[in-house]
Amino acid sequence: MSELLATLVAKYNYWIYIALMMIGLYAIIAKNNLVKKIVGMNIFQTAIILFYVSIGAKKGATIPIIEHGHGEEVHGAASHVVHAVDYINPLPHVLMLTAIVVAVATLGVALALAVKVHDKYKTLEEDEILAQLRKK
Amino acid sequence: MKVIGLLIVILTGALLVYATVDFPPWGDPTSPASTHLSPHYIEKTMEETSVPNIVTAVLADYRGFDTMFETTVIFGAGVACFFLLRVLRREGPEQRLYRHTLTDMTIRIKDGSKMPADLDEFERIDTLWTPRDLIVTTICRLLIPFIQLFALYVIAHGHHSPGGGFQGGVILGASIILLAISHDMRTALKRMREKLNGLLCATGVFIYAGTGALCLLFGLNFLDYSALASILHVDPVTARSHGILIVEIGVGVAVMATMIWIYNNVSSSGKYDEGL
Repeated sequence: MSELLATLVAKYNYWIYIALMMIGLYAIIAKNNLVKKIVGMNIFQTAIILFYVSIGAKKGATIPIIEHGHGEEVHGAASHVVHAVDYINPLPHVLMLTAIVVAVATLGVALALAVKVHDKYKTLEEDEILAQLRKK
Repeated sequence: MKVIGLLIVILTGALLVYATVDFPPWGDPTSPASTHLSPHYIEKTMEETSVPNIVTAVLADYRGFDTMFETTVIFGAGVACFFLLRVLRREGPEQRLYRHTLTDMTIRIKDGSKMPADLDEFERIDTLWTPRDLIVTTICRLLIPFIQLFALYVIAHGHHSPGGGFQGGVILGASIILLAISHDMRTALKRMREKLNGLLCATGVFIYAGTGALCLLFGLNFLDYSALASILHVDPVTARSHGILIVEIGVGVAVMATMIWIYNNVSSSGKYDEGL
């Protein structure tokens, strides 16, 4: 029992992201409205972003900016040795930094496509669009 | 469809939960992601690039190619929105709406007619319901310069504190979008014309790729900023720091212009009038 509890405490963050991802995936597959599908896509992306950021976490470490004072020589790297355990992993942060902005850009394109679909079919419901397509 | 969807989702979720058994516990300093490459970045960034913010250094220097093409993706998204939505020809009869700013009376002018003589008291509007709220307008007008100042700080101080081109660019874009929301799109377009916007969008990507090509011209690899040492008159390590700043400015310009471009096109469905 205590072993299970230990696993739960160590891994529950992953389960939260999986739950978020499942919500997003369900919205993409099952929702009828195109805008709701887009919202689902964004929830999915958020889950991935949270997952990556949590991979980069280290216990007892601080943000990946090396401690330095203003005014003193910045490139005096020999003044203090930098230990990797003191700073969290910067790589996932870099990847997600660009991913967030790209997510906004893809959201823009998705909304533009939704506007075009609405212009043509006067509806955003998927089944109504399909019915109109079959009539032709 | 909903039942099949739910089944697929639950199956995927179950497989992923099963896979988490092999994952390292949260905050484990010896996890695979933190052991191979990232210690090198953390320990060597200061002596190799003299940038204390490791995220900025990795973003614009070690993974410069990745970031360059991310910027290109954003540029492509802006262009895609433009080509999907922009309507250049106006439909329906030509008419103009003017609102008297003192009395809120609106006049409609059919085409060929003369404009009102006393134009100072009239402002042109696109739709009859264009809102005009004095409190919202004034507060936003007061706030926007400070938002832009903060955005410039975020871009310029990205070497020493959290920040950089992406974040600062988004804040800059948001300030112009705030102008478009709080006043009307006509006011925002006066500050940021469509042509200028498209040009800035391409300029940002060009600054990034151009810096890389400049390094190539000086005989080093693409995006190896230490090649810029001879024209910047600094040592190669500081040149890499300066190269990162130049590239971040390019990213900021591209991101700002793209955000405004996407907003303008999507919110007015390409007509560039008061759509929302």
